[in-house]
Amino acid sequence: MAEREQMRRSAPRETESPAPQDTSSEGATELKAELDDLLDEIDDVLETNAEEFVKNYVQKGGE
Amino acid sequence: MAVHKVVGIETEFGIIHRCTGDSNPVAASSMIINAYVNGFLCQRVSWDFEDEQPGADARGFNEFDALAPEIETHLVNAVLTNGARYYVDHAHPELSTPECSDARQCVVYDRAAEEILIRSMQAANNLLPDDEELVIHKNNSDGKGNSYGCHENYLLDRDVPFGRVVTHILPFFVTRQIFCGAGKLGIEVPMDDRSPAPFGDRPFQISQRADFFEEEVGLETTLKRPIVNTRDEPHADTRKYRRLHVILGDANMSELQTYLKLGTTSLVLAMIDDDFVPEPLTPLVPVAALRQVSFDTALSGLIEMVDGRRMRAIEVQWEYLELARKYAQSHGLDPVGGDDVGNDILDRWEAVLTGLESDPMSLATQLDWVAKLRLYGAFAERHGLDWDDPKLAALDLQYHDLRPSKSLARRVGLERITTDDEVDEAVSVPPPTTRAYFRGRCLDKFGDEIVAANWDSMVFDIGTDPLRRVPMLEPLRGTRAHVGSLLDECRDAAELLRRLGN
Repeated sequence: MAEREQMRRSAPRETESPAPQDTSSEGATELKAELDDLLDEIDDVLETNAEEFVKNYVQKGGE
Repeated sequence: MAVHKVVGIETEFGIIHRCTGDSNPVAASSMIINAYVNGFLCQRVSWDFEDEQPGADARGFNEFDALAPEIETHLVNAVLTNGARYYVDHAHPELSTPECSDARQCVVYDRAAEEILIRSMQAANNLLPDDEELVIHKNNSDGKGNSYGCHENYLLDRDVPFGRVVTHILPFFVTRQIFCGAGKLGIEVPMDDRSPAPFGDRPFQISQRADFFEEEVGLETTLKRPIVNTRDEPHADTRKYRRLHVILGDANMSELQTYLKLGTTSLVLAMIDDDFVPEPLTPLVPVAALRQVSFDTALSGLIEMVDGRRMRAIEVQWEYLELARKYAQSHGLDPVGGDDVGNDILDRWEAVLTGLESDPMSLATQLDWVAKLRLYGAFAERHGLDWDDPKLAALDLQYHDLRPSKSLARRVGLERITTDDEVDEAVSVPPPTTRAYFRGRCLDKFGDEIVAANWDSMVFDIGTDPLRRVPMLEPLRGTRAHVGSLLDECRDAAELLRRLGN
């Protein structure tokens, strides 16, 4: 039990401690930019008629 | 000492034939496999059904009302030089990886399976008219109540009472989805079987498959699916081994998840073999708990246990991890492939639980379900969509699209476990550390003289009657260490059989 408590307690500390405030907001901006790029790319590759695509996606049960 | 956890994974892929007329998924699946087999392999060797007994039940009886799975012997069924089986199952192309000696190796072969499907798809589409296309998805449901599986297989000790396996693996299976789930929009449980308002603010759940499970233990795979499947068909020496056939899992796009799924389950099964799990953490109503955990993307819900405790799914997983660490110290990690891979599994298991505990969104490049949540949330926000918009449902299918030009999973920055080079090699070369090595090398070298092959035997025709069957009842024999130089030296199958003393 003690071992597990230690693992759990250590978790948030480890993730919080290394990043001071300014770098983490820089990191957040970077992440946001990455996500924007990703969304741009996905807008490009997404199936054009989503409703039709979803409706026609019918599979037989398997296994 | 636990039996070495030889593992394998078999995936049924979703298939769509885009054409003007009616499409037939069985014919489409055959086209996919034939295009690969005829285009990439010199000769074709069929699967041998002689030894298949999918109706055998690990509990020692066949329930009179249990439906034994049917084997469809008339459909396309090929064995590949990497030791895999590639076939049409029901209305899907299915690929079973070769037997692997650890979880990491198996991830490579699971990715090789994707690559084989991609190449098949491209080869088939080259044969089709320009206005038709075959499209393959690695997922588990069509969003309309039809599900198809991604099954895992693990070698177990025959002497371990099956009841013990069920008792201790059940809580693990109910909760492992928090790091194994591929994520899904919507719900496919029949209306009259739903608890009220299962979702929080978004119609999204962790698992593709949880909706489709109705029993705790049983033999079926297509109806009344059980959390623990009892098929007792080891494809190996039945006096020494069982094979745990796991039908619960999702087909993951994330390599890390496939790795963790196979690795942690192998570890827990090794602990069960060695009777190392002291007391079961049995949920009071396992099927309901399975669904509850799947709906609980906040990971905060409490599962009621038989002993009166109430635990979060992640707490159950912490218990198993803690036990696995102790097991590693006292028993070692040989049963899961040794210290390197075993410790890596333990460390990554802990890292993922730690991430889930502190901030699940921190795992958006590691876990499919988190990657999806992040992507769908951002997409809905950018376009001002509700979560029930068909565009989001389209994303949820397209995430699993295997076409490199369309796959969303390939675009969300998922961490890799494998390298492109090793995946490319695994498309045609068998794993060196299991009997799949013997199967694959023989097919590659003596394919013309092999009539049929299955998991535990190969049938040779060396021109003299009768046909010669070589049994392969030990999954860890027939490796490169055992037969590598023998196979290098033999000029034909006759010499091989003579030197094998057959």
